[in-house]
Amino acid sequence: MSEKNINRRDFLKMAGASAAVTAVSMMGCGNQKTEEITGQSTSSKKEIPTDKMTYRTNPKTGDKISVLGYGFMRLPTINNRSARENGGEEIDQETVNRLTDYAIEHGLNLFDTSPAYCQGRSEHAMGIALSRYPRDKYFISTKLSNFAPQTWGREESIAMYKNSLKELQTEYIDYLHLHGIGMGGLEQFEKRYIENGVLDFLLKEREEGRIKNLGFSYHGDVKVFDYLVDNHDKWHWDFAMIQMNYVDWKYAKRINPMNTDAEYLYNRLSEKGIPVFIMEPILGGRLAKLPKHLAANLRERIPENSVASWSFRWIASHKNVLTILSGMTYMEHLEDNLSTLCPLQECTEEENALLQRVADEFVNFPLVPCTECQYCMPCPYGVDIPGSFSHYNKCVNEGYISVSSQDENFAENRRRFLIGYDRRVDKKRQAAHCIGCNQCVSHCPQGIKIPTRLKDIDDYIEKLKQDKL
Amino acid sequence: MLKKIRFVLALLFWAGITLMFLDFSGTLKCFLGWMAKIQFLPAILALNIGAVLFVLALTLLFGRLYCSIICPMGVFQDFVSRIAGKFKKRRFKFTPEKRKTRLVILGVFVVLLVAFSPLAALIAPYSAYGRMISSIFQPVYMTVNNLLAKAAEHYDSYAFYGVDVWLKSGATLGVAIVTFLVVTVWSWKSGRGYCNTVCPVGTVLGLLSTKAVFKIKIDADKCVNCGLCEKNCKAEAVDFKAHTVDYSRCVACMNCIGVCKKDAISFSKSSSKSSDKKADEPEDSALRKTLATGALLAVSGVVKAQEKQFDGGFAVIEDKKIPARDCPVKPAGSRSLRHFSSHCTACQLCVTQCPNNVLRPSSKIENFMQPEMSFELGYCRPECTRCSEVCPTGAIEKITKEEKTSIRAGHAVWIKANCLPVNDGVKCGNCASHCPSGAITMVKLPENPSVEVPAVDSERCLGCGACENLCPSRPFAAIYVEGNEVHGDM
Repeated sequence: MSEKNINRRDFLKMAGASAAVTAVSMMGCGNQKTEEITGQSTSSKKEIPTDKMTYRTNPKTGDKISVLGYGFMRLPTINNRSARENGGEEIDQETVNRLTDYAIEHGLNLFDTSPAYCQGRSEHAMGIALSRYPRDKYFISTKLSNFAPQTWGREESIAMYKNSLKELQTEYIDYLHLHGIGMGGLEQFEKRYIENGVLDFLLKEREEGRIKNLGFSYHGDVKVFDYLVDNHDKWHWDFAMIQMNYVDWKYAKRINPMNTDAEYLYNRLSEKGIPVFIMEPILGGRLAKLPKHLAANLRERIPENSVASWSFRWIASHKNVLTILSGMTYMEHLEDNLSTLCPLQECTEEENALLQRVADEFVNFPLVPCTECQYCMPCPYGVDIPGSFSHYNKCVNEGYISVSSQDENFAENRRRFLIGYDRRVDKKRQAAHCIGCNQCVSHCPQGIKIPTRLKDIDDYIEKLKQDKL
Repeated sequence: MLKKIRFVLALLFWAGITLMFLDFSGTLKCFLGWMAKIQFLPAILALNIGAVLFVLALTLLFGRLYCSIICPMGVFQDFVSRIAGKFKKRRFKFTPEKRKTRLVILGVFVVLLVAFSPLAALIAPYSAYGRMISSIFQPVYMTVNNLLAKAAEHYDSYAFYGVDVWLKSGATLGVAIVTFLVVTVWSWKSGRGYCNTVCPVGTVLGLLSTKAVFKIKIDADKCVNCGLCEKNCKAEAVDFKAHTVDYSRCVACMNCIGVCKKDAISFSKSSSKSSDKKADEPEDSALRKTLATGALLAVSGVVKAQEKQFDGGFAVIEDKKIPARDCPVKPAGSRSLRHFSSHCTACQLCVTQCPNNVLRPSSKIENFMQPEMSFELGYCRPECTRCSEVCPTGAIEKITKEEKTSIRAGHAVWIKANCLPVNDGVKCGNCASHCPSGAITMVKLPENPSVEVPAVDSERCLGCGACENLCPSRPFAAIYVEGNEVHGDM
């Protein structure tokens, strides 16, 4: 690999430099990025244009929204970690400001937050960062996050909304979400928004212009989603937010039975003409850190692009997507996403097919998060649990897993999996011998559903042996 | 020239068949399976008319070429005899034919065969050879393979994979060793002694070969009575003084033609002259010896396989033991116990090919050395039909994977006293979840509804042994397979 081809993310990984250190060094460089010295390039980084951001038009207001939105959920803390994982630490406002400056400079104009993010400090931080700019330079998206039963009352909910206006130092909200509808089912939705008249209040706020667009963000019970979409004529949703990426498109339910496939959600919203906000574009980072061979599939195609960029391009290629919210903690995340979407290069049919294949494999063969700590051992029935998982993970990582017998190298990979398993684990201790007694489960510090995962491995072996893949 | 052609062909056949018996991967059988299927006795048992007619026609045309080219046991003896010849040249001497002995042995053999006794297979040449290779040499071959597999593993290669080497039947190994010793010693001393005294195929073909069109002939006019031909005749069938050849024993090896310095010997169309020699000598207890020593060795041959040592991190797993089956389980394709035992010559080819360590020769007298199934090390996997593909005698008829899914070779029987949920109160159901035909359902125990135990639908059970093999109860499984005397259809 020549240095030219190294993408920033990878380079960081390879260099082993912590992202934080880089973020600091970026500060030293200011915003001047590449210095072209005659002939050779001293840096692999290509300059991100400031005037090439891809915009989508809000059909109601005609506003031009940048297709990349800034999610303020994973803000950096003063110890240079994401505030989501380290809620207790103070937010690094200076870095937030700098990231905001950089984003705005490159044409990003939508910022999303919630009273619930970063232990309630996200809105405040956003207010500080954005109030340094004229109000018409950006759009604010926040939510009515009245999850807790003590905030279900009308007063409490309205107080939460009013507080958002205050924290954000603004007179009006551009996009207000009913936050996380679907969690707790229809019953909870009624309690949070209908019975207390909060939805009516918000509708009125919209009429009066303090809420420019009213919508909802959806997780969980699909009945609530359907209920809201069915009643579009009554409430006139201006937008809705769903979780969508090339894996969730067809496999959201497979990954988490609580969720709904994005294909259904997106298509329903599009039928009704409701513009879509997207969250979890890279599945909380998992689509940026694909198993090695899957990542290689994408890299081979466009060596310069990051693995994460594929998901952004894929999502943005959907016309009804208004904006993709990405929680960018570090400068390199922001830079990578900006370079992906300034401007957007839409995915081709072929690339869509490639991503579908990656999704198939990603969802069918997820790594087992086994650390081989041996706490589950000895299995009373003699099964070598860590050995089985380690062999399986090795095969996933090295790309020896086949999705279908039509795959390239199928025969070779089959051999590697089966012979390798016999080598790694005595036949009498293989996954087929797990009786599902569940005695191991409570010992696993990773919370792995060991019998289920062993059964998956056994089923895969059966498919290989019986030629049923 | 003729000798060279015979030699090359014999080498090809012998190497092909031997390698097929050694090759556990099942690759060679695709190319070489026909070599086993044209073996005379298997072809008769399989009613493989084409092959039988071919061998008969070959014999009527050229004499016992079958014995010197196609039969692996015959060629094996030639090898032994060849090596012996390096030490002692020109060592053969004409002996008269022991016709009575031959006919008696043939008679007994036929009777045993008709009476469906597996003992007939003891002296059948092809199956005796197969047993030698499978019992004695395949384990050696596999061990070498395992060493290569270890080396391959070290270099992260998947060219070789390890296989289990285990003692399948002490009795059969005993018989194989005795056969090997008897045949080796006999052929070391007197070439084709076994073929021309004991072998029933040799006797039958010998009767035909006297009428063969092409025969070895000694031209008395050119002959100088040097005796070289007789001294080099491994069948001890040439009588140089009388210028005759005993065609019932001559295997048309062409050695005599090669050694004759006067070109007095030719392989040509016969005139109607008979040259059979007869003699009466009541002797040769080779068969009896074989049987006696075989039985002796059988007793001493049962050696327990080595137990494995395990790391501290694993629960010790006791080896599974063979349950007492009322009816042996025969592989799918064998139709019925009766069909199977009347066709099988116990050549062990299926045993060498079984990739799941299921088939092994029986040690019971009523179907001695004939393969049967047991499931301590694996089970009869749904995708495998290898034994049915290789069987040359039709004892296991060729079936497809699809057909296999509807052949009921046995049925599973539950043993409550061994069942884990009953005894230890844990949730199990490994038998039910692995049953390829869905014949097992977990049901609540009437006296204790919190315990779920397997219930077998015998009508859907194929007798594959997955349940028995994967049952966590050790050493005896809580569910085991009983053979079906007649294999049913689903």
